[in-house]
Amino acid sequence: MELELRGITKRFPGVVANDDVNLTIRTGEVLALVGENGAGKSTLMNIMYGLYHADEGQIFVDGQPVTFESSGDAIAAGIGMVHQHFMLVPVFTVAENVVLGVEPTTGPFGKLDVAQANRQVEEISSKYSLHLDPAALVEALPVGIQQRVEILKVLFRDAEIVVFDEPTAVLTPQEIEEFFNIVESLKASGRGIVFITHKLTEALRVADRISVLRRGKTVGEADPKEIDEVGLAELMVGRPVQLVVDKAPAQPGDAVLSVDQMHVVDPTGRTLVDHVSFNVHAGEIVGIAGVQGNGQTELVEAITGLRDVITGSIHLDGTDITHASPREVHSAGVAHIPEDRQRAGLVGDFSVAENMVLTTYHDDIYSSGVTMDWPKARSVATELVEQYDVRTPSIQTPAGTLSGGNQQKVIVARELSRDLRLVVASQPTRGVDVGSIEYIHAQVVKARDEGAAVLVVSTELDEVMALADRVIVMYRGRIIANLQRDDATHSDVGLYMAGSKTQPETSSTSSRATSTTFREASS
Amino acid sequence: MTDTATAPTGSPGDAPDGQYSANLASRICARIDTTNAVVLPLLALVSALVIGVFVIGLSDIDKIRDGDIGGILITIKDAYLALPQGAFNGWRPVNETIVATTPLLLAGLAVAVTFRAGLFNIGGTGQMLMGGMGAIFVGFSMNGPGIIQVSLGVLAGMVLGMAWGIIPGLLKARAGVHEVIATIMLNLIAGSLVLWILKTDAFGREGRNDPISKLVTSEGKLPRLFGFLDRPELRAHIGFLIAIAAAFFFWWLLERTTLGFEIRAQGANSHAARYAGMKPETLMVLSFVIAGGFAGLAGASEVLGTQGRATQGFAGDIGFDAIAVALLGRSTPTGTVLAAFLFGALQAGGQKMQVDTGVPVDLVLILRGLIVLFIAAPLLMKAIFRIKAEGAAAGPSFGGWGA
Repeated sequence: MELELRGITKRFPGVVANDDVNLTIRTGEVLALVGENGAGKSTLMNIMYGLYHADEGQIFVDGQPVTFESSGDAIAAGIGMVHQHFMLVPVFTVAENVVLGVEPTTGPFGKLDVAQANRQVEEISSKYSLHLDPAALVEALPVGIQQRVEILKVLFRDAEIVVFDEPTAVLTPQEIEEFFNIVESLKASGRGIVFITHKLTEALRVADRISVLRRGKTVGEADPKEIDEVGLAELMVGRPVQLVVDKAPAQPGDAVLSVDQMHVVDPTGRTLVDHVSFNVHAGEIVGIAGVQGNGQTELVEAITGLRDVITGSIHLDGTDITHASPREVHSAGVAHIPEDRQRAGLVGDFSVAENMVLTTYHDDIYSSGVTMDWPKARSVATELVEQYDVRTPSIQTPAGTLSGGNQQKVIVARELSRDLRLVVASQPTRGVDVGSIEYIHAQVVKARDEGAAVLVVSTELDEVMALADRVIVMYRGRIIANLQRDDATHSDVGLYMAGSKTQPETSSTSSRATSTTFREASS
Repeated sequence: MTDTATAPTGSPGDAPDGQYSANLASRICARIDTTNAVVLPLLALVSALVIGVFVIGLSDIDKIRDGDIGGILITIKDAYLALPQGAFNGWRPVNETIVATTPLLLAGLAVAVTFRAGLFNIGGTGQMLMGGMGAIFVGFSMNGPGIIQVSLGVLAGMVLGMAWGIIPGLLKARAGVHEVIATIMLNLIAGSLVLWILKTDAFGREGRNDPISKLVTSEGKLPRLFGFLDRPELRAHIGFLIAIAAAFFFWWLLERTTLGFEIRAQGANSHAARYAGMKPETLMVLSFVIAGGFAGLAGASEVLGTQGRATQGFAGDIGFDAIAVALLGRSTPTGTVLAAFLFGALQAGGQKMQVDTGVPVDLVLILRGLIVLFIAAPLLMKAIFRIKAEGAAAGPSFGGWGA
């Protein structure tokens, strides 16, 4: 089967998401579709999957023009999609999820034929070595396994071309390896794979062909054997990009942040952060690695005052901030770049100027206590927009209409343009284009070099390894490794992230570190 | 999906540097999403009037039976001419429009301020009733001097409205009670409380068994706007000026104060507000207190200005019509003023329409209902008028049950 998109154009108000895009996908090969966030990758795939309709252009299957009115038509034509966010019913079994919508039934009243479903699922599972138990409940499965359920769903519907939308975002390095093996076996079975990603190493690793989208246009097709990461990044961004973070060795000073035996639970009493202890010193970047959902989010919320700490303590420069409010933490010189900028970091309907003062509006320079000095706020915002290279039509533009990278720059500008003791940056470059990543990383390093303690939390191991002077790995709410950057290898950290390796001396080192701090603090 | 959600800026990088200091006009335009803020309400009005044509036609059942199409068309024409005439053509109509607009505007602000905070205040009626009780007490128990008595009466109305308004705010902030439930219940409680109060000797009029208060003394009444013309039928009073001042205060609060910034942030993105160190619970309580103050003023204006006494039902449906006003005005200060004027004018014009053409005044209620229905269904409006859809993401900014 050959699927061809010819001259696809899709416009949304104010933006051309796809502009005369051409793409051919053949069975038996892996096509990587790379591009920055907002380049139009997802729009293109949604058109291919019948969720959007192209304003111009035509889709051909084996040379015949086709129209997909809905995803049902696309599925019927042999196209399957594994979404970035899984579409599974957590309380259903694997088999129930797989057959959902095309259930095998028995008897006159259409009773679900569970045995038949299990058998079919088992069959496909073993054929592609997915190792899935048809009777397992989906909610009990790790994310990497849940993804396989999604894959199985697609295979169950006889997809000849399988589209993966950012499939590795939620996986551990080891799960990513296994995922690539599955991709290989799908390819070997004669299926066509479309692999949407912004991670260039992965595209280079797994693809037979790479198509690059930039601002809605196909700007090039590359052979992974002939291009390297730097060349691909340049093609994607449209200018030379520095991929390695440029930083001098750390000059750690006194401990600024001391977390001691901190314990956090959710409202039902389930442990989220399990007696965690660590220090972050001035002039040092500590990176917290871990697969999403292992307590990093809650750790950051606890430090920044957004979540209650049950036991243990948090000290900033020796001052107890365990139960401080977000405002108090912020005023003590803590910058917080939150993990979900659209949910927490910005008010999308507010202008860039208003967002620039979102956490500082109450400061004396902007506020008399009752009224706001908006002219002052606007002039500061204008400066920050310039200084931090925020690309916006004006400071009155609603922040929600900016690209992901520019939204993040607004937050970075707001949070880092103060006198700081500690920077807490959570997923600082998630969904941010390569060019902005480079810039944001440089700003984080700059904050370190100016003497702030920096805590970077990222689920992207590459980001942690690039930025950190020290690497902490979290697994199931606990710190299971605390390593100097030079002692940390990709594969080791990956094993820690997966929980398949532990650092026996962790607890002793961290408690020793903590006790030192308290001596420092009290002296 | 993320591609479409985050990228509708075209290529801002190409903008010349000097553009940050853009001129006033473009700054205002950047503020107003024209499609949503201006065009949609207007289209809703037009759509409602179009459907109203059929309602008027159907209401004249005799002419339909006779097949008198020409007669029906004349009725429709007369009715739609009577509406603006009854609202604006002369001193008396203008006064009636002002009288109808005043409580709608004040109560509309009471709903709008909570919408902006991401909350839904259905309690306008209860807050008005309680405010009215405070105002009427000052109104009949003193007799001048006017300036002091009127100020005290208005103040009492505002304070009691605030006191009633703080209850749902506290219930929500402290106990997580949904404000819609709380305010509906408080409306019922306020209704019963007023019934009881009006039957007490302190409030009730001597010699009357029905729940009606003593009359406001002549000094305690809100001065009439056009008193100098010496025409007693011109009923408009300074409650209207209070309402306009309240609208101005609402604008100042939202655009010029730190509290307003916090309220807007809380309403637009409560997660970001919490992240930014704002206190959601405090903001809930404060916005309900402010709302209660607006509604209390509406109650004071009704009993001290328009009616000169309080009855059990003096607040009527104003507390609910106010929701429509706030929705139509998209909870902006200017929008709420304009929407209140529209509804006030429809109400004043509706009286004349009924007298002149026999079309029942209920048509006005139908028109209002239709307008709100269309406002509440922006996607429907966009489909009807083929406005380029901006996607569901471009929908309303207040959370919960807002516009």
